Amino acid sequence: MAKELMPGQKRFTTGSVLADVGILAWFAFALFPILWMVLLALKNDAQQTSTYFAFSPTVENFGTVLSDRGTQLTSVDFKTALLTSVINCGGAVLVSLVIGIPAAYAAGRWKFRGSEDLMFNMLSFRFAPELMVIVPLFVIYNQVGLFDTKVGMIWVLQLVTMPLVVWILRSYFQDLPEDLEQAALLDGYTRRRAFLMVALPLVRPGIAAAALLAFIFAWNNYVFPLILADTSASTVTVAITKYLGGGGQAYYNLTAAAALIGALPPLVLALTIQRYLVQGLSFGAVKG
Amino acid sequence: MSATMTSAPATNQRDGAPPRVPERRRQLRPYILALPAVLVVIGILYPFVLGAYYSILNYTAANPDPHVVWFANYRSVLSDPQFWTSVRVTAVFAVVATALETVLGVGIALLLNRASKIGGIFEKVLILPLMIAPVIAGTIWKLMFNPQFGVLNHVFGLGTFDWLSKDAALWSSILVDAWIYTPFVAILVLAGIRSLPKEPFEASQVDGASWFYTFRRLQLPMMWPYILVAVIFRFMDCLKAFDLIYVLTAGGPGLATRTLQIGAYEDSITFQNFSRGSTYMFLLWILVFITARYLVSVLGKAQRRAAGAED
Repeated sequence: MAKELMPGQKRFTTGSVLADVGILAWFAFALFPILWMVLLALKNDAQQTSTYFAFSPTVENFGTVLSDRGTQLTSVDFKTALLTSVINCGGAVLVSLVIGIPAAYAAGRWKFRGSEDLMFNMLSFRFAPELMVIVPLFVIYNQVGLFDTKVGMIWVLQLVTMPLVVWILRSYFQDLPEDLEQAALLDGYTRRRAFLMVALPLVRPGIAAAALLAFIFAWNNYVFPLILADTSASTVTVAITKYLGGGGQAYYNLTAAAALIGALPPLVLALTIQRYLVQGLSFGAVKG
Repeated sequence: MSATMTSAPATNQRDGAPPRVPERRRQLRPYILALPAVLVVIGILYPFVLGAYYSILNYTAANPDPHVVWFANYRSVLSDPQFWTSVRVTAVFAVVATALETVLGVGIALLLNRASKIGGIFEKVLILPLMIAPVIAGTIWKLMFNPQFGVLNHVFGLGTFDWLSKDAALWSSILVDAWIYTPFVAILVLAGIRSLPKEPFEASQVDGASWFYTFRRLQLPMMWPYILVAVIFRFMDCLKAFDLIYVLTAGGPGLATRTLQIGAYEDSITFQNFSRGSTYMFLLWILVFITARYLVSVLGKAQRRAAGAED
């Protein structure tokens, strides 16, 4: 397709070679750190700092990171953090869907007073400096006993997940022809049944994309658990930084193994919703 | 579907009108559906307003019964050289990182758009750095930056070069930020390029215009709105940079990478001076707000111009 679009491209046969070289250069740069993380995660304790590319690989580190022995060695309880991340992010996405889908439907279907204000406020959460909200919440949470609780984390994560869900799904509901629901209404469906049986199933891909993207962003969030959690609600992102923070012997190989485990869920989810990423990441400003 | 349409009126006549919802309830419907979301918004706006209020108090952990001091915090922060260092660090980080990511991202998008089989494979893995949590990316890079046994110094033969020293830390942070977020610009711009209409380019080809002329006069103006969307997202996020830098350097050495959000974190969480931290954040919020308004107006102009260029 590009070949027909670009006039004079025939003259650029050396140019297209250069283009491939440019792409290769970027991807060497982009993929090397990930490759390095894998290599480091496969090294044993003795070789973690003494070798670069030649070493005897072991997969032991992944087991160690998730075991009690790993917790004793590094004083980082990674598997609890992993579980907490799943609960926090899953809970936050669920709440966002239950609250966000009706709001997205309302804003997508009807023009009502304040609907644009609601959408704008949602969008401004995406751009507001997090600490502006987190510092007062830190004080409030300490007063009302929500500090270091999963409920508190699920609540504050709405700041990340809710705008995504509402903005992505509103554009899906807007693109859905209203005729379909009208037909259902004429068939004697109530509004609620028309929504549940006609509109909702049709936007299922959008719901999946919004939910997974929201989960990824909640998973990758660091500021909230850093400030509003301590032990029982702390997550993977905070746990990973602790590997390099403490005193005693440093386990870089375990750090890399933990980093790999922590990076895996978002990567897998992102590859499954790649088609919807552009629209989601730009809040619908660019259609993918 | 057409069957449904034709049979529907008959059904209505047979059963009489379908259950009608009173007009008033119908008008209230969107409000009822949106109410929980509105409550969440209020729940988030409340601490925001409270934060603004903190900034005119003298509220610290040591002083739990604060009183209003009006603009004393603002006077103290604005006359503090540390604050202005943070402003400078934040500005340099945001401008340089956004510029670097935009140039690289647009370049990668153009290359991937015209390139060959290799491009197709790489497009799939392009987003990998973007999806890794910034703190995890920061941790990986911190290991690679290590002066003694880090792989970068080994591969490039740099001896014991300190990537996170006072002079280098800000630039190293920008490098890592570009590693994470260049793909963001690239995928947005690539999607934009692919959504452009073909006709103007075909016309330009028929007219025998050179590739560069077509790019400068036609493709770039038409791509510009997509580039600007990416720039807005990146610049706004860079202004509140925290995760990555906090992991790499925690704002140091000295004040070398102390961005405004890191300054606010130190004041309000480390030193438990909530009022001073909130003052930092409110000033940053004003900066973000003004920048957003300006960039969005630039975007609006560009969109109108791009729409005109299509004719």
